[in-house]
Amino acid sequence: MLKLFSSQGIPKILPGQFAQVQIEGSPVTFLRRPFSIYSVDYTENTLELLIKIVGAGTAQLALIEPHQTVNLLYPLGNFFTPPLKPSVLLVGGGTGVAPLLFLGKYLKEKHMLEPQFLMGYRTSELIVEKERFETIGKVHITTEDGSYGHKGLVIHHPVITENPSKFTKIYTCGPEIMMKEVGKIAGSHGIDCEVSLENLMGCGFGACLCCVVDTVEKGLINTCMEGPVFNTRSLKWSI
Amino acid sequence: MVDLKVDIGKLVLINPVMTASGTFGYGQEYEDFIDLSQLGGIVVKGITGKERQGHPYPRMAETPSGMLNAVGLQNKGIDYFVEHIYPEVIKYNTEIIVNVNGASIDEYCEVASKVDKLEKIKAIELNISCPNVKEGGIIFGTHCPSAIAVTKAVREAYSKSLMVKLSPNVTDIVEFAQAVESAGADSVSLVNTFVGMAIDAKTRKPALSTITGGLSGPAIKPIALRMVWQVAKSVKIPVIGMGGIMNATDAIEFFLAGASAIQVGTANFINPRATIDIIDGIALYLKENMYKSIREIIGALEC
Repeated sequence: MLKLFSSQGIPKILPGQFAQVQIEGSPVTFLRRPFSIYSVDYTENTLELLIKIVGAGTAQLALIEPHQTVNLLYPLGNFFTPPLKPSVLLVGGGTGVAPLLFLGKYLKEKHMLEPQFLMGYRTSELIVEKERFETIGKVHITTEDGSYGHKGLVIHHPVITENPSKFTKIYTCGPEIMMKEVGKIAGSHGIDCEVSLENLMGCGFGACLCCVVDTVEKGLINTCMEGPVFNTRSLKWSI
Repeated sequence: MVDLKVDIGKLVLINPVMTASGTFGYGQEYEDFIDLSQLGGIVVKGITGKERQGHPYPRMAETPSGMLNAVGLQNKGIDYFVEHIYPEVIKYNTEIIVNVNGASIDEYCEVASKVDKLEKIKAIELNISCPNVKEGGIIFGTHCPSAIAVTKAVREAYSKSLMVKLSPNVTDIVEFAQAVESAGADSVSLVNTFVGMAIDAKTRKPALSTITGGLSGPAIKPIALRMVWQVAKSVKIPVIGMGGIMNATDAIEFFLAGASAIQVGTANFINPRATIDIIDGIALYLKENMYKSIREIIGALEC
């Protein structure tokens, strides 16, 4: 977790938007790294990013010391749209849960909803701040090794296998294979579903045209500007 | 106040800092970050005769001090540019240079002649060096007779300032610079990206959907600088230098090597204010070293 304070105040950020973080002092990385906004506090002027160490860039970020200055470009990208009717399920996998905390809080506070969370992890040690999610709504957890909650993947959890139609909208973020499966379940039950994609980005603001995703109506479009949030119906992979 | 004005043949720039094609969209992507009217010029994303979807994802791989891209000239075609983009970009109050591409000489000429009719555009950059398209592009830029043929044909189709963007993927870039000079180019810009590749050892697959792509960023700067130096002393037309310029010091090295202007590319992705920082830094360097004009340091390398 990287908690950052801005002396200039925090601009308005919507759930699903992301920040491009500059990596200082790394001999091997070059580009910024995109991260979903995990939490925002406008009174404290802070925002939080949830960062999993996967490569040289994130390893360098882990070395950031308290009070060090970090260069961010934010808020970037589009955002999740609220449901037309209540009863929403937020499905996250691993660090893909990051935008869902912010989204859940937003839906609860601005739209008076009681979102439910379904979150999958490889093992119990990787569970992210369960108590914090529980302050927003009911939390269902799966672990692949069965060390906590339901054993298996999120798509095997009863909350989504038994009568998913009770949900009017599903929001999901996590590994692509998980989002595709969740999107499939939503599609087969006629449930509106939004996903947050994590494509490789050069810039994050529409200039380099590297982070494209194939869509039904518009062909290849930028994940950074026209996403990262997409309705699964608009994506080619949902078909 | 130092004088930053430079002449690139018939094209006059308020300062020598342009954006490199393909790294700056059509300008509007950067409006939130900088005042575009402060730029010497914007070289817009490459344009072809017909719309191109570009290559499938993944199109980018980060490499040490650089990146590979394989965008594949994604653009909506010249007619869309003329109708929808041109009216917008001319509002930026800076020189707009159109990067012209094609799969054939006819397509290059079609784009060039359509741009020729656009009153506010005073220059094109003829891209004979895109490494990411199967036909055209780099084929013209790495085969000298083809480079001459396409430059001659576009010279006839285009009446204003003609800049030719050279490929570094050749044995002797000077030969190409001299060839396009004799074929009617008003200036040359170099270098485009180097053909490279990246492999994911874990999956044993190439990092890019196209296997190979174009390498840019500081990783290529020393080679680009050497090529600019070689070309600048071998041609009479102005040379526009680029390749891994990240800051004002990098830019000044290119001027000393003989570049009359520079383009900033990949740096824009990491620092969207890079161009402005570089312009400010050049002015500061000139002031600190008691120069009155940028033109005093062009080719001023002391060997």
